[in-house]
Amino acid sequence: MTTAVETVRDEPLTIGGRTFQSRLMVGTGKYPDMDTMVRAIEASGAEVVTVAVRRVNLDRSKESSVLHFLDPKKIFLLANTAGCYTAADAIRYARLAREAGFNDFVKLEVIGDEETLLPDVAGLLEAAKVLVQEGFKVLAYTNEDLVTALRLEDAGCAAVMPLASPIGSGLGLLNPFSVRTIKRRLHVPVIVDAGVGTASDACVTMEQGVDGILMNTAIAAAQDPVAMAQAMRLATIAGRAAYLAGRMPRREVAMPSSPTRGMLD
Amino acid sequence: MDVVINGEHKRVTPGASLLDVLSQLELDPRAVVVEHNRRIVRRPALGDVKVNEGDAIELVHFVGGG
Repeated sequence: MTTAVETVRDEPLTIGGRTFQSRLMVGTGKYPDMDTMVRAIEASGAEVVTVAVRRVNLDRSKESSVLHFLDPKKIFLLANTAGCYTAADAIRYARLAREAGFNDFVKLEVIGDEETLLPDVAGLLEAAKVLVQEGFKVLAYTNEDLVTALRLEDAGCAAVMPLASPIGSGLGLLNPFSVRTIKRRLHVPVIVDAGVGTASDACVTMEQGVDGILMNTAIAAAQDPVAMAQAMRLATIAGRAAYLAGRMPRREVAMPSSPTRGMLD
Repeated sequence: MDVVINGEHKRVTPGASLLDVLSQLELDPRAVVVEHNRRIVRRPALGDVKVNEGDAIELVHFVGGG
């Protein structure tokens, strides 16, 4: 299904000096099995793929890490600090991730609340400053607050990642105005991360003009993750194309599409 | 000699290096990142760092995540 998507005139996405053709980034969690994950990532067309840092399971030392199924030459591994509730923990995880030796990018998460998994923006800023000083390219997962986004950019983050809605919720883009405002005011790339549920959510998100979108559960928890990954690929391209095309103004009243003159008596 | 690896008490040979510990656990040093008493130990140094009684060792790798 190549259709007309190749005709979309667009710039590639550049983050922290790295250039990517795809504006869709995907996670590797919660898949029913590794084969489905590999095929879904392929179908999504994503180049940036997120992974988490966790203890090796000592009782099953033969158990393979996710890297056994992904080729770091073909995809760009973006380690996250998911599960960290303090700046200190997030910094520790980021350093461990960098030591794995793939790149110095990190998707920085500092979570502030267990029920909503909303970010702790004070901890996030603190961790971002330290990691930027240490040479990390920080992609900061944050809420849709403009001022926090501005502070993260000031701190030297390579990208700012406001949420569409809470992680794993599938509620879609709850605050398009805030995300648009963040995009309008920031100079670094804005990647919406978390909350997308289905293809229309991805499309609407990209229509706000953001630089990209990151999702995991929407694909992994779909009935058919590979088919959903394909849908997300197309929706991301469609949303981006619609943004670049420039939508018509909204009107509160109807306006006929056909001529009003020339009607019969 | 007793050490704590990934939160579990484990017995290792006295005088063992971190590389020996990985070998005892049948772990490929290229596939894990090692933190020893809260300090990251780079792969080339794993054979040089000796483990002592009560040390805390964390062995981590990449797993699926968002």
